[in-house]
Amino acid sequence: MAITQPQLRLELAGENAFILYLKPQQISPATAAAVQYYCSLLTPLLGQHLTELLPSYASVLVQFNPLTHSHLSLLPLLNQVLQAKAAGAGQLAQQSSKIVELPVWYSAQSGADLLSVAKAKNLTPDEVIQLHSSQSYQVYAIGFAPGFAYLGELPAELAMPRLSSPRAKVPAGAVAIADRQTAVYPAASPGGWHLLGLCPIRMFNPQQQPAMPVAVGDQVRFIPVSEREFQLLGGAL
Amino acid sequence: MTQPNHSACLKIISPGTLSLLQDAGRFGMTALGLTQGGPLDGHSFAWANALVGNPLHSTVIEHSIGGLIVQATAGCTVAVTGAVLPLLLNGKAVACWQAISLKAGDELELGYMTQGLRAYLAVSGGFAVALQFGSSATVMREGVGGLHQDGSKLAAGDQIPLAGQATLPALTTPNSQVQQFSLPPLVSVAALTKAEQKQSGASTVLSLRLLEGYQHHLFSTVERARFYLNSYQVSTNSDRMGYKLSGSAISCNSRALLSEGISLGAVQIPPDGQPIVLLNDRQTLGGYPKIGTVLSLDCWRLAQTPPGSLVQFSPLDSYQVHNALALYRAGFSPAAKAAHPQHAATQEPL
Repeated sequence: MAITQPQLRLELAGENAFILYLKPQQISPATAAAVQYYCSLLTPLLGQHLTELLPSYASVLVQFNPLTHSHLSLLPLLNQVLQAKAAGAGQLAQQSSKIVELPVWYSAQSGADLLSVAKAKNLTPDEVIQLHSSQSYQVYAIGFAPGFAYLGELPAELAMPRLSSPRAKVPAGAVAIADRQTAVYPAASPGGWHLLGLCPIRMFNPQQQPAMPVAVGDQVRFIPVSEREFQLLGGAL
Repeated sequence: MTQPNHSACLKIISPGTLSLLQDAGRFGMTALGLTQGGPLDGHSFAWANALVGNPLHSTVIEHSIGGLIVQATAGCTVAVTGAVLPLLLNGKAVACWQAISLKAGDELELGYMTQGLRAYLAVSGGFAVALQFGSSATVMREGVGGLHQDGSKLAAGDQIPLAGQATLPALTTPNSQVQQFSLPPLVSVAALTKAEQKQSGASTVLSLRLLEGYQHHLFSTVERARFYLNSYQVSTNSDRMGYKLSGSAISCNSRALLSEGISLGAVQIPPDGQPIVLLNDRQTLGGYPKIGTVLSLDCWRLAQTPPGSLVQFSPLDSYQVHNALALYRAGFSPAAKAAHPQHAATQEPL
């Protein structure tokens, strides 16, 4: 019972869920903007019957309350709205999103892989820092762990495959890169990304409202800071 | 609203293998990367609450394997549902699936389970536990929820405050009809130990009804036939995140997939072709191809199934899923009504 359109495909994703796939399935700002667009359509459409709306790179998982709705009752509604609105997605302007600045203490001391990344890429450490902090990144998805935001796209000059064997412990706040993505580890955890520095801002704080400084669709910019500034901002090695 | 009685609590004398506070789960928080959590066996969970007169989503203790001992510091009514286990009140056997009155000082012991893996202990009025992101559900991996709002499992010495009086009177007569209602029987742990040794001998095969979806079109007709015709064994590498199965490998015509949202019961097929059924504590995003999702009712049964057991998938379409869920809810209602005339009118199971 899938809907197929030039830009969209709707699939079942469980007894109380659909997943909306955007075409093409690729990581791009245009696709991310379309994901935001469809999220903004689906929220009022489903209202209180919506139990989860989970955007990712090129999909939106839509979970509804199975006591009030079924696939059979929702499909005509979704079909109608998506048919009517799909045309509009093409001309999407960049959605209004906030720009979040995250300070980073880049150094060999705070980023265990800064030197090896520089060496592998034939760059100086300063050039690596310059490349990483000279552009803004889109928040494409949040997952893996609470507060873990996948940011893209990393400049091609810095793209590195993941570590062949993951580290047992990456510290909280670690600013890391892998492939064309970058992220800040919200908590100490195992990880296979290359570490460039440390961010003093907590990416996930259950005691704070909101618990995360960023949401899917936001832009992130990394601001290089010194060790002293890192400490003043509450960071600790 | 009844005022919480802060002196009244249930004290953990021994947490046994694993005891976690769980309510119906954490919903609407996946955008932060927070998983659903909640009871692995939603049927037993709802019944534990129904038996003591609670709203069906109230916080309970989910206990795995066995060995939990609790002591009441004030009079209260409790019920234990789920796996088959010896239940002892001050050392004397009492029945599961019914309300039991405890006096101050009484000790209740949940022995080791002989069928199934999870039991649910509800107390009338529920536990007074602070919610985190809208839920008390304990997710150890995330460090979220539970008694101390840090994802920790229950430990000896923990005192869980009781919220107060239940909204409805407890059910005082045993109701043997409620426990297995409309669900297949639990698999015996003893039978499976033998099966594990022989790698083949499990006498029952748990049927997992599956709704195709996600990347199902990336699996060829031959691979799908292989998936449905063979039985799979539950591996020891199974927990609240997911159940890993082993058997005939399934291959997928998959390109690299972008990570996407994962529903309860999603069956992902990693490169080794061995299916994993993702359960309550699953990662919110994942990039492995998924052939479909197992019905919630069957996820509950799977989570009660020990390693070594055999399962087999059978495909359901959207209409059949709708019917299966409607039948389950309809069945739950009369059973709940028989137990509690007020319940059916006001409440729905999960």
